[in-house]
Amino acid sequence: MTVILSGQEIAQRIEQKFPGAVEDAAPEGALVKAEAMVDVCTYLRDDPDLAFRYLVSLTAVDRLDHFEVVYHLQSIRSNRLAVLKVKTYDRENPEVFSVASVWWGANLQEREAYDLMGIRFSGHPDLRRVFLWEGFAGHPLRKDWLNMPGGLMPGLERFPGEPGEKLEGRG
Amino acid sequence: MKTEPFVVNMGPQHPSTHGVFRMRLTLDGERIIDADMVMGYLHRSMEKLAEERTYTQNIPFTDRADYVSAMTGNLAYVLAVEKLCGVEPPERAQWLRVIMSELQRFASHCMAVGTFANECGVWFTPLMHMFREREKILDLFEMACGARLTTNYMRIGGVSRDVPPEFMPTAYKLVKELPKRMDEYEALLLESEIIVARSRGVGVLLPERAIACSVSGPMLRASGVAWDIRKADPYAAYAKVDFDIAVGTNGDVYDRFLVRMAEMRQSTHILEQALDMMPAGPVHARIPTATVQPGGAPSAPLAIRPPVGEAYGHIESPRGELGFYIVSDGGPAPFRFHIRSPSFINLTPLPELVRGVTVPDAVVILGSIDIVLGEVDR
Repeated sequence: MTVILSGQEIAQRIEQKFPGAVEDAAPEGALVKAEAMVDVCTYLRDDPDLAFRYLVSLTAVDRLDHFEVVYHLQSIRSNRLAVLKVKTYDRENPEVFSVASVWWGANLQEREAYDLMGIRFSGHPDLRRVFLWEGFAGHPLRKDWLNMPGGLMPGLERFPGEPGEKLEGRG
Repeated sequence: MKTEPFVVNMGPQHPSTHGVFRMRLTLDGERIIDADMVMGYLHRSMEKLAEERTYTQNIPFTDRADYVSAMTGNLAYVLAVEKLCGVEPPERAQWLRVIMSELQRFASHCMAVGTFANECGVWFTPLMHMFREREKILDLFEMACGARLTTNYMRIGGVSRDVPPEFMPTAYKLVKELPKRMDEYEALLLESEIIVARSRGVGVLLPERAIACSVSGPMLRASGVAWDIRKADPYAAYAKVDFDIAVGTNGDVYDRFLVRMAEMRQSTHILEQALDMMPAGPVHARIPTATVQPGGAPSAPLAIRPPVGEAYGHIESPRGELGFYIVSDGGPAPFRFHIRSPSFINLTPLPELVRGVTVPDAVVILGSIDIVLGEVDR
């Protein structure tokens, strides 16, 4: 059974090596400072006990006031899963450091997050859109895409008595 | 002789790409010196659409992501939502999930191996033989849920309905027959001179590189890494069945083919056990009333509203680790719905695998990755 390391546990391990690198630790994952991310990831990959050599998933979440990049790391040797997060508050030009130099598996996933969420991964060798074409207006997975701040949820509207919820204040 | 490098577009309409996938190959004579992947022709922005629909309405999207393996797509999504809501499906539903997943794995590998044989030049006969078995499995799906491809069978907390009485005898009959068919396929394909000549030693992916590239599924196991979510993090009733992880040694195209063939054998083995061990009982759990609340107005229909939080559910789909990362804000629709798609991520090492080989080898290498474009582009 895969053991899911809580955010506090993984944060404690990171703090031992890089004091001050963790901003916050919730049960869902450890929030790492953006500038320390590449060093932390290299450590988590190379440490013989942790050995998070497999990057399972990399994705981004638009939390309305900030973006969150979420990393799921897997250790195949000890069968453990850990979740790291990085925040960026800049809506115009959100930027975090690329981890493609740590795990090459991040290559396409970072391109996807750039394409759909508009997050720039500095240090990525080839940051281009992957699904949409160059010149496509905006990044569709953002909550305010197409000037729909607090947009309606059209799917829910099809139900009688379901007025369509506002997105404002959610998240 | 010195020649100018030139660019060839393989795809988007090319039989070897299994859909609309394009490789821009830079060639020096017949050797590939560089490859660029162009995808997105089938992009439907499922992740955005899912944010506008209720949790139950999102299940059909997961059919259409990996349309060759709809059952496993359903399962991965409902597992993630169940984690979020803290729902445990009843025993019979767990076994039905195992049976459907393994039938689906067999059908999907039939497609993968059959088309792979095609690409090697074993022209269509194996594919047609394998489609015979796939057809019978699809008939079973039709019996269980009325659909053959886009099954929409799993539900949050169980499955949509119990199987009809005629399902079990038909399934037993099929599962008795499948090992014999596997004997036939193995005799026909394993030592096939064409397949061996085209695939052995081609497209070698070393285990360290496979892990670094986040490759999963048969492709990872062919490189010699015994990593299978069914064993590593058992879901549904997989902890109670006995089976082996098929592992390759060389990490070449031939090993990926061997691993798929061995997994089909293991699937029949799991199916035999699952059909015997499945108990009677309900197939759907009660969702806690705290999480089921009216969507908006008091007269609105009930919708599942998981508590605020996030969950990552993952399974071993025929193509690799299929994961769903769901963020809930307590509303009736997911706040964020992310598909960790194995087909997409397994393409990561493709440019380095095809660099230095000839164009016909690139066709075989792409075939061995076994991508489904619905899942690559989503």
